[in-house]
Amino acid sequence: MKILVPIKRVVDYNVKVRPLSDNSNVDLNNVKMSVNPFCEIAVEEAVRLKESGQASEVVVVTVGGDESQEQLRACLALGADRAILAQSEGLLEPLAIAKVLTKIVESENPNLIILGKQAIDGDNNQTGQMLASLLDMPQATFASELKVEEDNALVTREIDGGLQTINVSLPAVVTTDLRLNEPRYASLPNIMQAKKKELSIQNVSDLGLDVSNRTSILSVELPPVREAGVMVDTVDELVEKLKNEAKVIT
Amino acid sequence: MSILVVAEHDNSEIKGSTLNTVTAASEIGGDVSILVAGSESSSVAEQAAKISGISSVIHVDDPIYKNFLAEDLGNLVVSVADGFNYILAPATTFGKNFLPRVAAKLDVQQISDIISVEDADTFKRPIYAGSCIATVKSTDSVKVITVRTTAFDASPMVDSSVNVDVGAVVDSLNNSKFVSDEIAESDRPELTAADVIVSGGRALGSSENFKIIEALADKLGAAVGASRAAVDAGYVPNDYQVGQTGKIVAPSLYIAIGISGAIQHLAGMKDSKVIVAINKDEDAPIFQVADYGLVGDLFEAVPELTDSV
Repeated sequence: MKILVPIKRVVDYNVKVRPLSDNSNVDLNNVKMSVNPFCEIAVEEAVRLKESGQASEVVVVTVGGDESQEQLRACLALGADRAILAQSEGLLEPLAIAKVLTKIVESENPNLIILGKQAIDGDNNQTGQMLASLLDMPQATFASELKVEEDNALVTREIDGGLQTINVSLPAVVTTDLRLNEPRYASLPNIMQAKKKELSIQNVSDLGLDVSNRTSILSVELPPVREAGVMVDTVDELVEKLKNEAKVIT
Repeated sequence: MSILVVAEHDNSEIKGSTLNTVTAASEIGGDVSILVAGSESSSVAEQAAKISGISSVIHVDDPIYKNFLAEDLGNLVVSVADGFNYILAPATTFGKNFLPRVAAKLDVQQISDIISVEDADTFKRPIYAGSCIATVKSTDSVKVITVRTTAFDASPMVDSSVNVDVGAVVDSLNNSKFVSDEIAESDRPELTAADVIVSGGRALGSSENFKIIEALADKLGAAVGASRAAVDAGYVPNDYQVGQTGKIVAPSLYIAIGISGAIQHLAGMKDSKVIVAINKDEDAPIFQVADYGLVGDLFEAVPELTDSV
């Protein structure tokens, strides 16, 4: 069984992102970039399936600029076997990324596609579902448990109010939620070894797809700041304020 | 303009998220239709027909829609999409699951999680876990949009009803099957619909200690929430999680107990009307968004608060 794991290069989750001074976009100058945390979970799950003997090959792919090779190498160090960079000019939107990924799926023919439920930059939560839709594949989003069987997968999903388990026939698209697993750290020998693994590059412009942007960002601003509140010294004072000032309890 | 709202429901009752989504649709302006797809769901269609601001209801009832599987629901929405300029669903796990499938089939770049309607093509939405708000303009001829429910009031119910039209079922692809549900049963209000929420963090230290949070919540008739740290530590189930990757809430009163206030958590609750923070660390970021802060030992303060409300 072959597993394809699409990943994304994003601002590291520890970076506090701010708008540019002209509010035209977010300020990404000199910030640390990393593999999107949900994508790391996807890579980890695929590597575990390989380690348990259920998968034979784990291929990571990203759609982005040349600099995304860094994140592909990071995934190779986590245990992926080889990587594909679909090189694009500028950042593509989820619909365009999903279209590019359909071409990769057509040439790679994976039995399972695992990707993060959302990237922590745009927070769109779309690419996996769009990819499944374009391929007419079943999907299991927000996975917290994945059991792969012969020609199907049992997936437990995190939904509002609890959990739902579904059975999807393979090939299928699975998107990861936070509690699916805890990704490992790459060891130094594995980081060294990853440098020798295969990383192939394709040009998005050669794929004959409409990957044009359909939206434009008019401005990016900080969210409204809440007024600084007051500190109270005792529980009695708190209760008094909640009753008489905020009037939220009686 | 013609707008389609896909209703979220449980086959017996319409969910509040649908009412918030209708308000967002009304702000865009135009004829608003609701699609109710479910199984043995006629009571939902009847309720939908009484939502203020609606001009028609399309009801499609078949066992294949019972569990709202994304493949069948997505294909159904695509089949009724013709003629609509906008397709909206709540940005809950229900809407997030199937709507991107619809957008892809229609070759539309979906706009996720809008918090305001600026004009017919322009919307505001949070990015980077709510650290920034982007104003986004769409050039697609059809707009496919998920709506952050806490950013829009619920559309009221009225006495009169609009027509309910019966829509056609789309054959199932049969490539995904429902196996089971584990929905937490509780007498407390649902987190996303609660007027008051009491949330606990890692400082609680154990699931046993979480009982003091529950006691306060029960005294206030509140829902119980938690930070990601408390969920990851196993004190409470994952559906308690409030935050960017958990539930987005905006109650009248949010009491954060032993929660430091990571950006991820703040993104999920900072639109609450009144925020109370109780924490022993006076430098905790939660105090920067709290209307009322109390520095102290939660194991003393919380039982005292429970006794005095």
